[in-house]
This record gives sequence, C-alpha cells and structure tokens, in this order.
Amino acid sequence: METVEINLEEQFQARIDADISIEPKDWMPDAYRKTLVRQISQHAHSELVGMLPEGNWITRAPSLKRKSILLSKVQDEAGHGLYLYSAAETLGTSRDQMLADLHSGKAKYSSIFNYPTLSWADMGTVGWLVDGAAILNQVPLCRTSYGPYARAMVRVCKEESFHQRQGFEIMQTLCEGAPVQKEMAQEALNRWWWPTLMMFGPADADSPNTAQSMNWRIKRFTNDELRQKFVDMMVPQAEFLGLTVPDPELQWNETKKGYDFGGVNWEEFWNVVKGNGMCNKDRLGARVKAHEEGAWVREAASAHAKKRARKMATQAA
Amino acid sequence: MQVAPSDTSALNAYPPELRQLLFQYVLQLADTSLILGHRLSEWCGHGPVLEQDLAMANIGLDLLGETRSLYQYAAELEGQGRTEDDLAFLRIATQYRNPLLVEQPNGDFADTITRQFLFDNFHYHCLVQLRASADERLAAIAEKAVKEAAYHLKWSSEWIIRLGDGTEESRQRLDKALASLWRYSGELTTPTATEKALQATGLIPDYAALLPKMEAHLAHVFEEATLPVPQGVFMMTGGKEGRHTEHLGYILAELQYMQRTYPGLTW
Amino acid sequence: MTQSEWPLWEVFIRSKQGLDHKHVGSLHAADATMAIQNARDVYTRRQEGISIWVVESTHVHASNPDDAEAFFDPANDKVYRHPTFYDVPDSIKHM
Repeated sequence: METVEINLEEQFQARIDADISIEPKDWMPDAYRKTLVRQISQHAHSELVGMLPEGNWITRAPSLKRKSILLSKVQDEAGHGLYLYSAAETLGTSRDQMLADLHSGKAKYSSIFNYPTLSWADMGTVGWLVDGAAILNQVPLCRTSYGPYARAMVRVCKEESFHQRQGFEIMQTLCEGAPVQKEMAQEALNRWWWPTLMMFGPADADSPNTAQSMNWRIKRFTNDELRQKFVDMMVPQAEFLGLTVPDPELQWNETKKGYDFGGVNWEEFWNVVKGNGMCNKDRLGARVKAHEEGAWVREAASAHAKKRARKMATQAA
Repeated sequence: MQVAPSDTSALNAYPPELRQLLFQYVLQLADTSLILGHRLSEWCGHGPVLEQDLAMANIGLDLLGETRSLYQYAAELEGQGRTEDDLAFLRIATQYRNPLLVEQPNGDFADTITRQFLFDNFHYHCLVQLRASADERLAAIAEKAVKEAAYHLKWSSEWIIRLGDGTEESRQRLDKALASLWRYSGELTTPTATEKALQATGLIPDYAALLPKMEAHLAHVFEEATLPVPQGVFMMTGGKEGRHTEHLGYILAELQYMQRTYPGLTW
Repeated sequence: MTQSEWPLWEVFIRSKQGLDHKHVGSLHAADATMAIQNARDVYTRRQEGISIWVVESTHVHASNPDDAEAFFDPANDKVYRHPTFYDVPDSIKHM
C-alpha cells in the first residue's frame, strides 16, 4: 500500500511540474486540498469583507457617476467572492462551512480591510493601491495549478482591471483639483501606503509555507518579490500624481534596478492579524449580522421551494 | 395631442408653462429612482445571501442609470445651466419630488421587498405606457428603463411569493411590512396637479388606465403568496409635492455630504 | 433549527447566437427559477450572455479520472480519422 501512495504523490507532483491542471475529481494529497481550501476561502472572505470599507462610501459618493461606479465595483467584489467560494466548493467544503469559519474567527481575511475608510480619497487609494496590490497577487494565480481556482481568477482579473483604473482616476481628479482635494489625496496615501505593503504577507524569511506552496504552484512568487514589484510599479505613479510616498528611506537603487524602501512595521501587521486593528470587530460583526439576519430569508426560500416542488409533483401525479 | 420636439434646441417649441410642467415631472421621476437606488445601495455588503446582494445592487444600478438620464433631461428642460449633479445634490428636502414610498427605510428584507414590489408594479406599468409618449426623450428613456423594470418586477414578485408562502416567520414579517408600507402605495397613482395637467396633454400616462393592469398583477402575486389584499387603508400622500416623511432628511444628509462640505469642486 | 444551505447549481451560458452553452461556474439558489435569475445577476453583468442553462450540481454525472486512460487513450492511434492524415496533390482543389 505504501508504494502505491508514494506513486500517486509522485505522479501528482509530475503533473504539477508539467503545468497540467489539477481538476476536482483528480487525486490530490490531503495537504494540497487543505492548503487550497484555506487559501481560496481566505481569498473569498477578503472579497466579502472587502465590500464593507468601500460600501461605507456608496451613500456619500460625491457625484452620480461616482456613485454608480462605486456601487458596481463593490458589487463586483460580491461576485468575486462568489466565484471563489464556488471554486473552493469543488474541493468538498460547503460555503456554509467556510462562512462559519469566517464568523468564528477561525478563517482569516486580508488585514487591509481592518483599516477604516475616512475620506472620499480613500476610495481612490483603495482602488489604486489596494487593488493594485491585489492584482499583482492575483494575476499569477490565473495560472495556478488547481483548475477551478485558476478559472475563477481569470474571471476576477478580467473584471478587476477597471477597479484599479477607477481608483487612479479618482486620485488624478483630486490631485488636479483644489488644494483641499490634493491634501485629501496625500493624507489618504499616508495612511494606506504601509498597510498596503503588508498585504503581500510576512517577509520570506518568516513565511514557512511559501516553499511548499510554490512547489505546488498554488503560489508563483514570494511575498518579498511581489512587494518589491509593487513598490517599483507604484512610485512612478505617485510621482505622476505629484504625491509623496510616506517613506523617507525610499531611494532608487541603480544596481538592482529597483527601489530600496524602509522596513515594514511587522508589529502592527501581527497586531491587526490578531484582531486588534481599528475595524476588525466592526467588519466581522457586520458580516455575522448580515448572515444571521438573512437566516429567515434563506429558510423561507427553501421552505417555499419544497412546497412548490410538492405541488408540482401532485399535479403531475 | 402635443407635438413634441425631437432635439434639445427644439425644446423651445414647448410653451414655457408646459415646459415647466414637464421639468417638474421629469424631476419627480429622477428623484424617485435616485432615492430608491440610494436605499438599495445601502444593502450592498449586507444582503441575506451573496447572490441576492448582487441582485439588489443590479437593481440599484439600473435605477441610478435611469436617474442620470432623467436629470440630464430635466436640466435641459429647465435651461438654467444646472447639471445632473446640481439637481441631485444641491436641492433642499422640500424640493424633492419622490413619492413617500421610496424614501422609507430598508428595514428587514421583507420591508425592502414590499417597498420594491409596490414600486415595481407601478414603475413597470407606467413605463410601458410612457414609451408611447409624444415627448421623444421621455419615450426613449422609458424604452430603455422598461426592460430593466420588467426584470425588477419579476424579481420582487417572486420574493413576495416566497416570503408570503414560505415559513411562518417570513409570513409574519411580510404581513408587518405590508401593514407599514401599503399606505404609501396609493400616492404612486394619485396624480398631482402637475401630473393632471400633463395627463391632459397626453404626454404622460393616465394612471386610471394603469390601475386595472397593476391590480391584476398584484392580485395574481398575492394569490400565489396566499396573502389577502389590504382593504380600506388610508393612503398617505405629499412626497410628490415636497411634503416628506422624516426619513428623507437623513438620506440627503449622507447623499449631499460631499457636495455641501466642498462646494463647487469636481470629483 | 439549522436550515441546510440552498443547493448548488452549475451555470452554462451561451455568449452569442450560434455558440454552445459553456460552463461558467456555479452558485446557490433555492429553486430553478431563482437559479436562473441569480445566474443572470452573477454571470452576465457585462453582457456575457444571451441564454442561460442551470443544472442542480447533484444531477451532474462525471466520468472517473481513474478511467481516463481506458476512456480516452484508445483514440490516440486513430490518426486516420483526421483529414491531415491524407496526402492530397496540391492541384486538387475543394477537398
């Protein structure tokens, strides 16, 4: 028996190495399945919770155009959550179970959403910076080894491309507007820059699972690689906007053809992960409330569907 | 029957009084879809299940799209150089012309569905007729919106049926929602002086003619939902003439926050 | 009472007239009517479709990956089923 198991593992890894997708009914190691469920559901939860900080500004959007854009963007996030939950469900875990894990605090979501959105410029910054960081994470996942996850990500990335642009457009409008608007933009960048850098996760040295995930091609770049890429991509955009990146150590390094930048405050990062961010309690509280208050609606629809099915069965008989 | 102008410059072909009436009416339609769209957007991120969160946002987006077309047209009719955003964000509560129904709070899902159904049943049937308006702009806006409203009505009708003929709890909640919202339904088909004047010109539908279709659809849905149709309820009116419930003020406080705090800026 | 969650449905969309319905993903719904409407709201927000099929996921029967070799490999050596297997002189047209 032992040898058969080893063979399956080897065959599995050989398929991964040959970039052949793994599909739901294929054999896979338990650890691969578990890691995927954790990663995909965490990603889905992030979309779901991520609706809240921006949803916070839909009713206060400053123009009808912005209101429509913001509502459609936040709605897209619901859609992305849904695609991802569906992908995770193909691995045999129900959405109900995943939501229960989110609500109990067992499952995590991206810590960035535990920061408050305090001004309209935050809608620009979240779109431009946070979605920009998310896209860097997500684009490689379109080629991730698990088929349903990769296909969900293709759809997500396609839709996500307008999100970053609308954020940048908000920033550009603010930066080209009145001084008070430019200040608003700078103040938002000051608050969001460092938390956004934290989105890529702990430094490689402190990320023990990275090697296995890269080996399984669930992850395709390390946290630090992506962080560097992000800084190199964003600094020129901030310069274009005339905004100052709040990092005195930021400097172009000609040798590595990239920016050197200051150290991330990992104490803050772990604090927020542990639940001590400004909004952890509010965000999770809002999700639990929506789910609990929706219970009777879901039950009513199920009950009605049963009644209707019975009625049709009687009519057919 | 009034001969309607086909382009903006030809709006001058309307006698000033008629043009003013039409402005008031288009503004009323715009305010209505704005306020209801705003209410629906409050659900975003808080729906009872992810799929319905998306559904409500879709309806909200349809209404906001209709809102923009209507304000743009209203601004042209007014001819004072105001923009869609000026009209949406820079008027005081008593100048808003939406019926009372659409400003009522979201409450629970039963309240939202009831408000939506009562509105959709009017909105859809009104748009069907408005497509034939001699005013080409209004007819064109209705032509686009009627497809959206047909879907909204389907969606809200089915939810009325599910909640009415679902569980004991859903039925109780729906009964409660109807008890509080039914009294706002009559205003939709009670014409104001502005509407009467426009109905007389044939530019907008006669609500009396819509009623049989609305009542038939409602009777069908309520029968499926095993709900009795409420009778003899006193109908509240006033919204379409600027006399609102207290809820509108809070909506406007949020809606207008940015425009009022930072006057005259572009976003 | 813990109500079990709404069943899962597989969604198939025809993107335009003349093309097949293609599997696009799944969603939850209490019944078929709701499943179609949810599919419309979830999967056609950007004009992705003109027709929708939904099938309750429990009704989909799939081939077993363990049978893949027995099922699909035997077709590998039937190259003569493909037109490119045959040499046709260049001067022959319309074939």
